[in-house]
Amino acid sequence: MPEAATIPEPHAALRGVVRRFGGKQPVHALGPIDLDLAPGEFFSVVGPSGCGKSTLLDVLSGLGHPSEGTVTFEGKSLRGAVPEGVGVVFQEDASFAWLTVRENVAFGLRRAKLGSAEVARRVDGAVAFMGLAQFASHYPAQLSGGMRQRMCIARTLVQQPRLILLDEPFGALDQQTRLLMGDELLRLWRETGATVLLITHALDEAAMLSDRVGVMSARPGRFIDLVETGWPRERDSRVVSDPHFGKLTARLWTSLRAESLRTMGRG
Amino acid sequence: MSRGTAVLLVRTAALAAAVLVLELLCRTGVISPQAVLPPSVMVAAMVEVLASGDATEPMLRTFSTVGLAFALAVALGIAGGAVLHATPRLRHAIDPVLASYYSVPTFVFYPLLVALLGLNMTPLVVLGVLSATPAMMIGTLAGLDGLPQVLRRVARVQRLGPIQTLLTVVLPAAMPSLFGGIKLALSYALIGVIAGEFILSGSGLGYAISYAYQSFDNRTMYGLMLFVLLVAVAANGLLYSWEGRLLRRRVRS
Repeated sequence: MPEAATIPEPHAALRGVVRRFGGKQPVHALGPIDLDLAPGEFFSVVGPSGCGKSTLLDVLSGLGHPSEGTVTFEGKSLRGAVPEGVGVVFQEDASFAWLTVRENVAFGLRRAKLGSAEVARRVDGAVAFMGLAQFASHYPAQLSGGMRQRMCIARTLVQQPRLILLDEPFGALDQQTRLLMGDELLRLWRETGATVLLITHALDEAAMLSDRVGVMSARPGRFIDLVETGWPRERDSRVVSDPHFGKLTARLWTSLRAESLRTMGRG
Repeated sequence: MSRGTAVLLVRTAALAAAVLVLELLCRTGVISPQAVLPPSVMVAAMVEVLASGDATEPMLRTFSTVGLAFALAVALGIAGGAVLHATPRLRHAIDPVLASYYSVPTFVFYPLLVALLGLNMTPLVVLGVLSATPAMMIGTLAGLDGLPQVLRRVARVQRLGPIQTLLTVVLPAAMPSLFGGIKLALSYALIGVIAGEFILSGSGLGYAISYAYQSFDNRTMYGLMLFVLLVAVAANGLLYSWEGRLLRRRVRS
């Protein structure tokens, strides 16, 4: 297993993290894992199905707790709760069907002690940033899947998180929409300066969006390869036509192929 | 013409036709007017009874009893459903009892309740609550069972406490199923209270209908029956309309 790249002052870090689930048939789902996320880094995680990618996100966000090891965010250890400054976007439709787009986005500021003018300014800004200004008064049922996901991203964005965790947010979208959503995500990342961790099963998505990509093994998930993409910060989905993109996806697949076969019982 | 308007027209026409047939059958003597008053006479009788003021006190008593029983049943049903949802073992034990509850004629407990609580409003409220609470519990359980887990996770990411999560995420998300329970709870509370008044009470609309029946006062009896029927239909209609407005937001147009 390669050593995780060491960064002097990580924004978020996992040290010796292991996650086991108890019950009649205990499962060793994850680890041991060490990972440092640099401030403002875009890091993606790819791996075979069931390797523990979402468990990794749970542990890093504070939604789940590690069985062993420590998780820190901005130098503070996570203690069973999602810390302020962390935003999570889920793969499933997490929109509140009874609220309009604007109300869904404003929900993200429910606990923020802000004046109504500041709330309105932030909500309008996030809604416009995600291209939903025309649909601010619509209900989720009136939106497409991609628009609903953009609304959920806006709900996270409005809180101005410093660490954004995305769990296969574009998994249910078609390829063209995913590429365009990837551009939106890169724009969001550049303009907010947030650190981003993206869980994805799509190698091309990881290769296109990330500064670094971590390749996970079959369960229990560990990092078996860490790939630096070398893309400039100013980039978009057009990098898919760069010859380097092909080399990156080829390397990711080379690292992942044996693990995917193991998952299918052929390894 | 919209589909909704067409449905409403057909429904109204069917109801009007049924009333007209009953009117004709009564007027032509096929059905004895001594047994069943023609609908037009029922309406006139209802207006008379209401205008006389004789029904005001029983009406207030019955509807306040139904309102109290309904409110308690909704509160207890939601709380009970939430407790059962949170404790799978208890639920496993209670589920069969809850499922077969509708076969229990709760009215048989009314004499016992009168003996225990006295001949006043309390046993009627208890009877209404006993009738209505299980429907609310079942509706609550259905709503909580259908709640997508991701919404609870969103609440945790938003760092909401348990009460905030319940009020701002869980209950609104479960509202369609809760509404099913609320509608049934209102019907059962109304049936429970009026039937209780019928059996043993000395006041209320149920008692007034029963008294008119025993006194061969058909006009008062049918007038009050029609009034109770219209109130029940109107209350349910209001709930249906409110539910429809809520659900329209959640369904892809």
